[in-house]
Formats: sequence, C-alpha cells, structure tokens
Amino acid sequence: MNSTLLAAAPPTAPHAVAANSVSRIMLTVVATLVPATLYGFWLYGWPAIDLFLVTILASLLGEGICLRLAGRRALPELLDGSALLTGWRLAISLPPWAPWWIGVMGGLFATVLAKQVFGGLGQNLFNPAMVARVFLLISFPVQMTAWVAPLPITAELAPGFVDGLRIFFSGPANLDAVSSASLLGYAKTELSRGIDLMHSLAASGAPGNSLAGERPGSLGETAALLIAGGGLVMLFMRIITWHIPAAMLAGIAVPAAIAHAVDPLRYLDVATHLLSGGAMLGAFFIASDYVTSPNTKAGQLIFGAGCGFLTYVIRTWGGYPEGVAFAVLLMNALTPVIDRYVRPRILGRNRRGAPLDPAIERAKAAP
Amino acid sequence: MGLMERIFGHGPRWGVHPADRKRPAADAPLRTLPLPARLYLPLLQHVGQPARPVVLVGQKVLKGQLLAEPQGRISAPIHAPTSGTVAAIGDITAPHPSGLPFSAITLASDGEDRAIENEVPADPFALSPAAVTELVAAAGVVGLGGATFPSAVKLALGKRTEVTTLIVNGGECEPYLSCDDRVMRDFAAGVVDGVRLMMHALGAREALVGIEDNKPEAIAAMSKAAAPYAEIRIRPVPSRYPMGSDRQLIQTLTGKEVPSDCRAADVGVIVNNVNTAHAVHRALRQGEPLIRRIVTVNGGAVWQPGNIMAPVGTLASDLLAFAGLKSEPARLLMGGPMMGAVLPHALVPMVKGTAGILALAADEIATPVAGPCIRCGNCTRACPIGLLPLEMAAHIRVDALAGAADLGLSDCISCGCCAYVCPAHIPLVQYFSHAKGELWAQERSKLRLEATKRLAAARVERQEREAKEKAAAAARRKAERAAQKAAEAAAAASAPTEAAT
Repeated sequence: MNSTLLAAAPPTAPHAVAANSVSRIMLTVVATLVPATLYGFWLYGWPAIDLFLVTILASLLGEGICLRLAGRRALPELLDGSALLTGWRLAISLPPWAPWWIGVMGGLFATVLAKQVFGGLGQNLFNPAMVARVFLLISFPVQMTAWVAPLPITAELAPGFVDGLRIFFSGPANLDAVSSASLLGYAKTELSRGIDLMHSLAASGAPGNSLAGERPGSLGETAALLIAGGGLVMLFMRIITWHIPAAMLAGIAVPAAIAHAVDPLRYLDVATHLLSGGAMLGAFFIASDYVTSPNTKAGQLIFGAGCGFLTYVIRTWGGYPEGVAFAVLLMNALTPVIDRYVRPRILGRNRRGAPLDPAIERAKAAP
Repeated sequence: MGLMERIFGHGPRWGVHPADRKRPAADAPLRTLPLPARLYLPLLQHVGQPARPVVLVGQKVLKGQLLAEPQGRISAPIHAPTSGTVAAIGDITAPHPSGLPFSAITLASDGEDRAIENEVPADPFALSPAAVTELVAAAGVVGLGGATFPSAVKLALGKRTEVTTLIVNGGECEPYLSCDDRVMRDFAAGVVDGVRLMMHALGAREALVGIEDNKPEAIAAMSKAAAPYAEIRIRPVPSRYPMGSDRQLIQTLTGKEVPSDCRAADVGVIVNNVNTAHAVHRALRQGEPLIRRIVTVNGGAVWQPGNIMAPVGTLASDLLAFAGLKSEPARLLMGGPMMGAVLPHALVPMVKGTAGILALAADEIATPVAGPCIRCGNCTRACPIGLLPLEMAAHIRVDALAGAADLGLSDCISCGCCAYVCPAHIPLVQYFSHAKGELWAQERSKLRLEATKRLAAARVERQEREAKEKAAAAARRKAERAAQKAAEAAAAASAPTEAAT
C-alpha cells in the first residue's frame, strides 16, 4: 500500500484519539521499575549503579547508530523510551557487580542484533533484553554467574564511588571473597552433591529473605515484592492486563506445588520458586512485553502458562539453575503460532468463522 | 470503580469511552433556523438509487411538494422544504470529503413558506400495515441515525420475516452530537407515537428504546411519554461507543447476536433511530414529509453551540453563521468525530442523514504522527466486532489483502475504536477502507473477467453450433437433392409403363 497516497489523502475519521502514546507507555513501565531499581542500588552499591548506567547507555547507543544507518531521524525514535526500557530490563537482570564490558556488549547486542536487525520497534520476534542476557550467559558463564551478597551502600565495608569504579573496570580485588551463589543455584549445586533441600536450605532463610531481597541476585530479582508492586501498578494503569503475569506465576506455582508435595526434599516449595530468580520480573516485566507476546487474551494465557511451566522445568531438571530467560525466548518463538491458532470470536460468527444460525439467535429470550 | 474492576474490567468488553463533549450544546434549547434564501437538495440523500426530478427549472413549488420521485426498489422521494422557485437542477459540491460534484435541485425560497395541503389519515392505526408503510415511503422518510436507509423498505421487512421487536436507537454514542437527545427531551410524545406507528407497520409486539445513561433528561422524558404503553419499554444502556451501532445495541438489549451474513430482521429485530420515529409521526399525523430535521452544531470554534431545527438542504455555512463562529475552524465535519466526514468547505448542504455539523478548533483535532505498531493489543480489546485490527493492518501494509479478508475485514464496521486507542496513532480505519475498496475493485474485475470468459465461450459454442447446423443443413439438402433425383429417376423409369397402359 502506497503510504504517500495515504499522507496526501484528507484526514479521515476518527478525528479524536485517546491521550496515549508509545512513549507514555514505555515511560510508565520504566517508572514502575524505579523503586525496585533504587532498592537494588542501595543493596549493591556503586558498582551496580555504574553497570546499570553503562548498560542503558550502550543500548541507547546501539539504537541510535542503527537509526542513523537506516537514514531515519534518530532523536524522536530514540526518545520514545523503548531502547531505554530494553536497556533497563537487561541491566536489572545482570549480576550487579559484572564488569563494564558485560554491560556494553549486552546493551549493544540487545538493541542492534535483537531489535534493529529485525526492523526496529515492533518487529523483533524475541525479547531483546532476554536475547542479550542469554547471549551473555552462554558466552561468559563465569561473569554471568558471579553473584555478590548484598552489601548496602551505607555499610562500612561497601565500596565508595571511586572503589566502585575500580571494581567496575578491573573487577573486585578478590572475587571469591565477595561472590556467592544465588538461592536457586545453591540449591541446585547442593542437590547435585547429594545434599537434600532440608539440609541445604536450613541456613539460607528462604523464602523469608527473598521477600526483603537479603540474598544474592540481580537488581531485578532480589526485591521480588517491589517488582510485584510495580507490576500491580501497571495493571492498575492498564498498561498490561492480568493474563500473562497470572498465567506465568500459575505456570510456575502449580507444578512446584505438586512436586513439592510429592518430595519436599528434592523439590523447592512454591513460595521459594515465586520469590526467587526472575519469576516476578519475568511475569510482570519480561513476558508481558507487547511486541513478543500474543495479542489475544486466550493466547496470552497460553503464552504465560508456557513461560511459567518451562521456567519450572528448566530450573528443576535443566542444566541452569534459572530458566526465565530461556522460557520466555522459547515462548516468544511460539507466539506467531499461538496468534495464528488462537483468535477471538468475531461478532455474528462462531469460533470457526462461520456465520451464526439466525434461527437460534431469533429464539433467544431477552435477558 | 474498585481495584478489581479496574484490573479485570467491567461493563461491555468492547468499544471505547471517549469524552462525550455533548454539553452544553445538548442543554441549550432547540432553536429554529430562519428560512435560508437558497436550499440545495441532493438527489441521493439515502441508500439506494437516486431520486428522479419531477419538476422543471423555473417551476414554482409549494412547501412539501414532491420534487423528485423514487426510482428502483430501494430509493426515496425528495420534497420541497419551503415554497419557492426551482432555480437549477445540476451539480453542486457533495457532502463528502472528495468534494466531487453531485446532482441536486436548487430551490430559491420565496420567503412565504406556503405549504401544500396533504391529507392526513384520521386514525392511522385503522389503516393496514402496508398502507402505513406506503405513507412513510411517500413522505421520503429515511433512517436519520446516519445510515439513511429508506424506512419504508425496512418496515416492509416485517411482512417478509416475522419481526417481533422494534429497537429504537436513542444511544447517540458519537461525542458532540445531541440531536437524538434533544428530540427525546422536546418531542417525547411524538417519538413515542412514531414508535407505535412503526410497531403497527411492522406487526412488532414490543419496542425497546435504548438510551445511553449519559442522557438522564431524555430517559426521564421518554419514560413519562411511554408510561401509558406497556409494550414500549425505555431501557437505559451503558455509555460506550459504539453503543449506537445496531448490532451492539441489539446484543445489549436483547442478547441476540445478528449473524454476520444476516440482517437484524432475520433474528426478528428492526432498529430505527428516535429521530426517524419522530419523522414517521410527523408524516402520518401532520402530513409533513421529511423536509427538516434537528441538527447539532457544535465544536470548539462555535460561538453558541446547540441544536437547530433546519430545513434539509441548508448549507453548512448558513448553520454556522446562525450559531456564530468564535474562530476559524481547524476542521469541519459532517457527523460525529468518530465516524464523521471532513467537509472540504462550508458551502455544502446538510442532508436528511446529517446529525451534526462540527466546527472543531485546532486543539480538538488529532494530528499525531503515525509510528510503528508495538503490538500492544489495545485495538483488539477495543474492537466491538472481535477483530484483530493490528493483524489486518500488518497484512494490508504488504498488500496481502486476501490475508486481511481471512481475518474478517468484511465484518469491520469502520467505527474507529481501534484507531482511537492506538498509541502509535496508526490510521487503521484508512487502512481498512483502502483494503475494502481494493477488494471490491478486485471482485468487480473478477466478475467482469468471468463475464467476458462466459461470453467468449458462448460465442465459440454458437459458432460451433452454427457450423454444425450449416453442415447438417448441407447434408440434408444433399440428401433431399439425392432423394429428388432418385424420385425423378424413378418417375422417369415408371413413365414408359404409364405410357404403355
């Protein structure tokens, strides 16, 4: 269809539009992530702040370069908030003390290869932040699994601004001294050593510590409650609907409840599953990404449940302790299939698309 | 609205809720337009065939006199809105964004407003339904909700398919418009009488008057006027665009869903607008054909927004001059902002189906730049039909029109909900109109191709048949000749015998 013809045509109805825009949506999502992010800054200090800023700058840079190369006006599209959100999503899923080049590579990878190469905003099949995260995880497993225990920025031992920069650029003086396993990783390792959950988790304080984020993890994982709160605000603002988050959390919770009931020594309980790793972040902020999720309610329920179930499967039987990123990417790949087969019923037609029977409609009594 | 309702939704699951901007125009008392000097009456003010003029240029006519008669099964006559002289019969600017010329009768008013004497039946309820329908047809009444389908054709459907329920559309879901609200407030008794007359013509047992709950005064006035008639029920409905669309209103009021390949009458329902009911009342009780209507003049550029009773054929510029303009309008519309058409200029006449003339100020019109689709799905949630506007648009963008048709493009009612909610401001309605037009053209050329093929095949067949017939005829002649020769030979042979005897 000839778009110049459209532009020349006289304005057509509707002549009114709702006060909404792409950047308003993107910036609202960002705003709902702010509390969890700030809490993460407080927990992990200056190295985390540096990584966060560098990751976002890199994703904006990648977006800007691509827009320039494509001959588009870079500034308005750069300011629509989508690259900022992609960078933000990636940044809060990284180990907080990861070195600077992890942030740079991840940010560039997310916007250049996972988004702009597909054709830019709205065209990518996979969630750019999760593509970048998986790329980093596979390529740099050591750096991407080096979690640090929270050390509030106000604590005496926490690195100051200058120390933070030193850690950020040349790594902590003694990585082993500060690094620690995430809860899911720890449980998995102990299980593989033949130590059951009863003994391995006795000291970890799970899931209570997960609520407050007092345990190692990425910025977006540690404060599960703040993330969930942000998600509820998005629901209230009608940025997202409840279908994907609810289905994803149920997709994790239901198999977890069954398996835990069968063998509590081998399988983690529901609360630990929901409050650990990227479950909350994934349900409210990653899987619910518009571009890469189905566009019907039923499709979103299937998609969300698939994300949750695959997350559980990967966590429990897979090689990685955490599976949100992989699960979301797998379901992203299924999105076009879901959209093809799950369609809303058209008014006056049945589910198969055939017109309804007028005799039946005629016989219907008034409500 | 509670938290749960906010998250899980409430009320109808379709549609949008635009700011209605009906007041203060809706509350201003109805005014009557002083007779304009000239009226411009397009010959096609309805769905169907244009009317055929029965007057000559220079002829003097009276108010209510027939100017053009219907032609074809679906058509409507046009009457003189006032007395005067037929000044011209020819092209004027159409009330359409194209601004293309349009056949019309121009009437110069003589200012006397002398009316023709029309016979009024003493008791229309004593007439047969067919006779009532005939009177409605003769009065040129068409659907005044905007569809302009000839009302008599609709009423006649009651005979063919059993219609049990008359739905009277007082929804008026378009923002800015209040002509339906006004007719219900000011002429409730007339509207109710029109409803009863239409029920009589249809043979309907009940009438449901659906009025959006943002019009409490109209609901009160109609409830009072309909109180003596148990068969007429006033039913407030939620204010939700497009509640005034017939399929949505039917579903809300009766729970019936009109099958996509059927008309409302096929499920025993007919929908008529409240202004149409009032026009039927005037036609049968006062003998007044459809020559005037209430039109809403509204918008940020209008000095005194409100409803005006004006003769059909009045120029938009006359209406705007009467209401007064505060500023140069940024956009002129005929109809509401959701589905209305842009007027190229104000020298365009209002027609029977014109519910409103809007002169919008710059801050009221949307001119956002379209961006890429982010697949947010707002359009799928807003679509009152259950379509996937984003998927259809994606197909149309790459000219995959068949794919868009498979997704249900033909079910689209162009209500504009999708484009209204789109955060990327994609002109979705334009996409769909373009694709519908293109598919229609393709269908036409396919039909033409098939007709050509059929004709060519028929020609070949005819030529073959003719050749065969020629050959057969030749063979027959040959056989005849041979037979003749044989007969002659036989005769010759027998001649000597005869001679011998």
